[in-house]
Amino acid sequence: MSSPTPNHDDVVHSEPFLRSLMRRQLALSIACAATFLVALLGLPLLNYFAPAFMATRVAGFTLSWLILGVLFFPFVWIISYVFIKRSLRLEEAEVQQLRR
Amino acid sequence: MNLTLAFFGGVDPWIFTFSFITVAVTLWMGFRSAKTSKTASDFFVAGRSVSVGWNASAISGEYLSAASFMGVAGMVMSSGYDALWYPVCYACGYLFLLLFIAGPLRRFGAYTIPDFAEGRFDSPMFRKIAVCFVLFIGFFYTMPQMKGAGVTLAYIFPGLPYWVGVVLVGAVITLNVALGGMKGITLVQAVQYWIKLFAITVPVFVLMAVVGFYNGQIGANLALGETAPAATAAPASGHPSAGIERKPLVAKAPVDTAWIAPFGPLTTKAVNAAAAALPAEQRAPFLAEHQKPYSLVYTYSLIIALVCGTAGLPHILVRFYTNPDGVAAKKTTMWVMILIGVFYVFPPVFGVIGRNLMPELYSGVGAKGTDKVVLELPTLISAKYGVVGSILSGITCAGAFAAFMSTFSGLLVSMTGALAHDVYGRMLRPKSSSAERMVAFKISAILIGGVAVTLGCFVEPLEINFMVGQAFAIAAASYFPLLFMSVWWRGMTMKGAATGMLTGGLCALGAAALTNLGTLALDKGPMGKIFASFAPLNNFWAEHPLLRILCEQPAIWSVPLAITLMIVVSKATSSQVPADIRMKMLVLHAPEKLGLKQEYIQDHQAGAGH
Repeated sequence: MSSPTPNHDDVVHSEPFLRSLMRRQLALSIACAATFLVALLGLPLLNYFAPAFMATRVAGFTLSWLILGVLFFPFVWIISYVFIKRSLRLEEAEVQQLRR
Repeated sequence: MNLTLAFFGGVDPWIFTFSFITVAVTLWMGFRSAKTSKTASDFFVAGRSVSVGWNASAISGEYLSAASFMGVAGMVMSSGYDALWYPVCYACGYLFLLLFIAGPLRRFGAYTIPDFAEGRFDSPMFRKIAVCFVLFIGFFYTMPQMKGAGVTLAYIFPGLPYWVGVVLVGAVITLNVALGGMKGITLVQAVQYWIKLFAITVPVFVLMAVVGFYNGQIGANLALGETAPAATAAPASGHPSAGIERKPLVAKAPVDTAWIAPFGPLTTKAVNAAAAALPAEQRAPFLAEHQKPYSLVYTYSLIIALVCGTAGLPHILVRFYTNPDGVAAKKTTMWVMILIGVFYVFPPVFGVIGRNLMPELYSGVGAKGTDKVVLELPTLISAKYGVVGSILSGITCAGAFAAFMSTFSGLLVSMTGALAHDVYGRMLRPKSSSAERMVAFKISAILIGGVAVTLGCFVEPLEINFMVGQAFAIAAASYFPLLFMSVWWRGMTMKGAATGMLTGGLCALGAAALTNLGTLALDKGPMGKIFASFAPLNNFWAEHPLLRILCEQPAIWSVPLAITLMIVVSKATSSQVPADIRMKMLVLHAPEKLGLKQEYIQDHQAGAGH
């Protein structure tokens, strides 16, 4: 693939710009993924080490069932909403930075 | 004539009507939108002009397969809590796709994943490898859809052989795809999502209003440390499980405490089989030592397979190319997560109510077992409300039809795309005109549809949801590492990517095949005879339960293996990193507003400009 603007000396094609671009987006992605993974991988551990606690009844559900079968979905929606908001703001900031 | 009458004799008219309407609407929409599919770009990526709302509905419609619609409910009913990981991870896997892959992948602007593989590494060789995996994963994913078709048609027309349903549904969808391509099925799939959501929520709410709500139905099952109330003492009127009636469980059903708690029948199957092979006095200590740790391994491996697999399914990934840009791709992913999350709350409800009110399904196997709880359960209220039960059952059947039809059409488009675009258009005849490619698309569709139907006829004894899980495990160990690493690590070389993807993918494929051979050997029907020579495999696994778990759920070792190999081999061949890697990375990550966007595949190149 060839570059649409063959001039490789401007800011867009500079190494620092690409580096900061990728780093900022990746940092955001990793922060969101970490939040998600702590919950996802922590739940089996809780089930493993605190079975009696996780079997507590909450409105008929066991605590573990309520978390996994119902509450997990809205939790993930919140993470994705926050990610989209911030990711689009990052992109906007990158564009602004270059135009200045 | 008498024969036809006898054939339709056992058919419920409501079920038949609703199912027929779904099929007819699908065909009609397919024919209608076929007229607007004119260019190669329409066929392969729907002209890259699908809006966020339509595309999110279409992706959800394509994703919610027979496994989601019927398999999840059946599995929750048969295995309890552990099966909940399936719907949760099916939905949450999209988060990985959103965080790491969706935006950059769309910005690259290819037609298919093999396009991306070739463009990112400047390697035509790599395209060939990638094409093979599109087909592998696709066929693995097609088989359970075909089983769903066979089971549902056999349910609607009692006495109809399993294979007739497979052939019939396969033919209808193949026709649809061959006529309209990607643009044709986008509309169909989007509408089918809403049919499925309607078909699962309406019966659930009516059922719950009649027999008691989700929490009450679960409350009727005893958890750890609880004791059964005396038969005379009904729960207090304020208690959620008040007024819930249960039918006695059959012998094959798991007991309450194992069913409602984590580490139940699904994840402990291998250990239990191993214990059963031991002398009686060794069983209890063996189980005490190994049961829970092994099932924790199983659970983690399942989670990894489903979450990473979702982010590596080619037929889902290819849909992101139908978005106009990277921002739209991200927004689409978020809406997909909301749409499918809403859906996935409901199938487990069927499983829970089915356990309490239709325990006789535990005795059946395959098509007559728990897999059909979604179709069967609404008839429960027929006794009280007459025709309402039949209407609801008709609605769920229509939903099931929509489920396997939309997923199969999506799979068919992605596999056909791989064959027509990557094999024919890029490898065999790179100079072919746009019109020739469209003919190639149609021929490929018929070819792949035929193979899929043939494979589908063989898999009746396998559980729907389990087969889908295997497709996920293969995708998780091949495409997910490939996409994740090549989007974010510029040091990746073609050799590193190919080694990691091939090793991971083939290991997962081999493990899945071994597991299936063992299961097929145990089948009591004709399949058992064909695969009887693999029966000793099961004895081996009885001695080595951990190996059995790692074979059944390979993701826990195959995904890290693939990623490690990619890093090691890429480091060793670091001189072969593509020369213009900075430009490639910039195209992947820079916002469209900077004006760097350049489609990897451009329509005028193919000679079909607008």
